[in-house]
Parts: sequence; structure tokens; C-alpha cells
Amino acid sequence: MNTADVTTLGLVASLLLVVVAIGLSATQRLGLEKDIVWATLRSLIQLLIVGAVLAFVIDPEQPLILSWGWVLAMVAFAGVVIRRRAPEVPGVLPLGMLAIGAASLVTLAVIFGLGVFPLEGRTLVPLAGMMVGNSMNATVLAARRVVDEFRENRPEVEARLALGQSGRLAGRRYLRTALRTALTPQIETTKAVGLVFLPGAMTGLILAGVDPVEAVRVQAAIMYLILGSVATTATVMTLGIGRRLFTDDHRLIRLLRS
Amino acid sequence: MLFSFENIQLHGVGGPRLAVRHLQIPADGMSVIVGPSGAGKSTLLRLCNRLEVADSGAIEFHGVDLNATPVLDLRRAVGMVFQEPVRFGGTVLDNLREADGLINDEAARMLLERVGLDGSFLSRLADELSGGEAQRMCIARALATGPELLLMDEPTSSLDPAATQLIEQQAIALTEAGMPVLWVTHDTAQMQRIASRVICLIDGAVAYEGPASGLFDSQEPEIVAFLAEQTS
Repeated sequence: MNTADVTTLGLVASLLLVVVAIGLSATQRLGLEKDIVWATLRSLIQLLIVGAVLAFVIDPEQPLILSWGWVLAMVAFAGVVIRRRAPEVPGVLPLGMLAIGAASLVTLAVIFGLGVFPLEGRTLVPLAGMMVGNSMNATVLAARRVVDEFRENRPEVEARLALGQSGRLAGRRYLRTALRTALTPQIETTKAVGLVFLPGAMTGLILAGVDPVEAVRVQAAIMYLILGSVATTATVMTLGIGRRLFTDDHRLIRLLRS
Repeated sequence: MLFSFENIQLHGVGGPRLAVRHLQIPADGMSVIVGPSGAGKSTLLRLCNRLEVADSGAIEFHGVDLNATPVLDLRRAVGMVFQEPVRFGGTVLDNLREADGLINDEAARMLLERVGLDGSFLSRLADELSGGEAQRMCIARALATGPELLLMDEPTSSLDPAATQLIEQQAIALTEAGMPVLWVTHDTAQMQRIASRVICLIDGAVAYEGPASGLFDSQEPEIVAFLAEQTS
């Protein structure tokens, strides 16, 4: 196989591009030089640590439970990130973890249950990683959009409640709008794949010397996995927040600005 | 009595929004709640259909605890019209169907006639109505649930004088037909035109209760200041 291994020398050479970024920051007086150096070092250290831990976790000799543990940690961490990025959303941490947990269950069950990929540490961890990462973004987008929709349309929602509509009925169309907004970027990405950009997994496989046709098959399966998981997380998140925005006696709660 | 309020307290972020010791609203005519901005007028109105809930105290509706009626039934019995005309999407008929999903064209036409709009409006897009027409559609929509009274929260504040006069006439006609109306305004001239009794709120508390003319005889400094602000 004609692989494109990156040697240590190659890695050092790629740092030249970081030097370009530092140079641009200095000449444009952006004051970002230290940040760029720190980001570069930090990313390298993080990746080396993750690489070392991953090498252990996904080692075929190790029990699969280690990989599942890694997936659980990713879901929990995603919940924390979601809370940090959307603090104005009521109950966002448990909802975010529930949404991503539900998506993990559905998508991984399909992917491994139907034998799309063999269930091994080396497939489980990266696939779950891609799924969780993409779902996290969609979840934050959905959560913030729901709150914005209800805040912007508060008079309409309250006018519906005043007609005797339940919170669920009064909020239905705004939840639908928020969900559409959250799902659209992933649908657009799925449409543009191959034409506008080559996604990471496919690029990685081709660089590693895999036949492009095989790489496309893998990438397509991953794209559908991500689309399914984004749809699941955004839906669970949207419906979950929709319930929390109303009191038991069908009043719309006060909503903070993001 | 239509509504009785006893020892109502409602706190906001910056302090008390409403502190009503005792207030009764009779089941007829046009009760106008008047007062300066931020006095708690809209809050008092929203307590009546439980869009707001008091922190403490008791509210009775026809002598029964307001909370005893299922909230969705209560809101259908206590119609509400808001400050800005709220247009839902679609036609006027679509808007009426948000209140009564089973309403037929004939019943919808009759509702529009009650607010001075003819049947041709049924197929008009709500977004294309003028402010006054839209507010009358909102009154018709509130009436579509078959309420026994209407809450009107400064319903003419965004309308021109001609549209304001029409809405006032419609509201008076409703009271004459036996439907009590609770109308919120900060405009004492409007209060004089339409009120059968007045409740003046200042800083969340009832400062005056009685006929409209009596408000102008009050020597209470807060009321005098409020009335002076109106004439300046």
C-alpha cells in the first residue's frame, strides 16, 4: 500500500505554516502571536496524549468495554461543552447528554447492528467521536434557536395560550422552525460533500493509501451516520427544551438573552 | 363579583410589581384599569387568565378560587386582546380557527360582524390588514372561544384615532350586550370615554377605585402627579 506517512521531520516542516500565521499576525499587528504558539503547542500535546491513550484503548487485545467507556466520556464532555455554549437554555446539560446519548444509541445500533462496520475499538471510538462532535454542534444550534424563537415570538405564543391552547400546541410551530434551522446546515453539508469539499475521513483514508472508491464507501456510511445522529440529537433537544419552556399550568417562562 | 383579589403580592427582579390588598371587579360594564407605565396594570390583567401567577394571596373568579378551574378552560372563558394586534399566519379565517378549529364560514362571518368587519375579510391575509382591522380580527378571535368576559390590554395604543374610536365602540357594544370588559389604559381621556368604573394603580397598588369622575377629585399626591403628567 502506498501510504502517506508523516515523518517527524515532515511534522516539523508543517510547522512552517504556523510560522506563516505568526508572521501574518505580527505584520498586521493582531497581537495573536502568543495565542498561535500556545494553540499549536497545546494541540500537539493534546493529540499526542489522546493518541497514546487511544492506542491503548483501541488495542485489539484490550476489552471492548474500554472503548465504550471512552464513548461515554465523550458524551459527558459534550454535555459540558453544550452547557458552556448555551448557558441561557434551561436544563441544557441533562438534555444535551440525553440527546447525544439517544443519538449514540440509535446510530451506533444501526451501524454495528446491521454490520456496516465491525464492532471493534478502532471503529467504535472514531465513529462515535465524529458522531458526538457533529451532534454537539447541532445540539447547541437547536437549543439556542429554540430559545431565540420563543423569545422573539413571545407575543404570538402568549396570544395562543390566551386562546386556551396548551403549551405544547402553542409552541409547536416555533419548535418546528427551530428544528429546521438546526438541521439545515447538516443537510446542506451532505449535499455539498464531494463537490465543495472532501470530508476528513475520506481524505484521511486516501492519504493512508486506501482505494478512493473504498474511501467513498466508508465516507458515505459516516455521512449518513452523522446525518442520522444530528437529526436525532436536534429533535430530542428541541422537544426537550420545548417542554421546559412552559410551566405545568401552560405559562411561557421568562427567557434570558444569549 | 367577577374577580376578587385579596392580599396579592407579585415580585419582579427589581422589587414588588404588584401589591393589591383588596380589590373586587363586578361582573358587568367596562372596568378600566388606569395608571402610569410600570404601575402593574397589565400584570393585574394577566393574573385574571393566569398568564401570570401571584407569589401570594388569593384570586376568586365568580367566588371560586381561580386555580380551581382548569387553566385552559379558564383561558377560553376569559378572552384576552393584547396591546399590539397579534397576527398568526394565513387568512383571517385561519386566525379564527386557531381559537376554534371547528368554526364554519357562517359562524366566522357572524363573529366578524360583531367587530364591524364584513365577511369578505375571511379570505384576506392577516398580514395585509391595517392595524385597526387586525385588532378587530383579534377581538373576533378572542370571541371565538365563547368567553364570558374580555381582558383588553391597551388595545388601541398602536392605533390611529379613527381606529381607536372604532375599537372603543366595539368594546362598549360588547358590554351593552352583557359581556363585561376589563380595559387597561394609561390614557385618562380614553378612560373617561369608556369607563363605567375605574381602578387606578400606582406603583403596583390600588390608589383609587370608583367612578371615573371621582379620580379627578382625588387629593392623593400620586394620583394628582399622574393626572398632571397626563395634561402636560
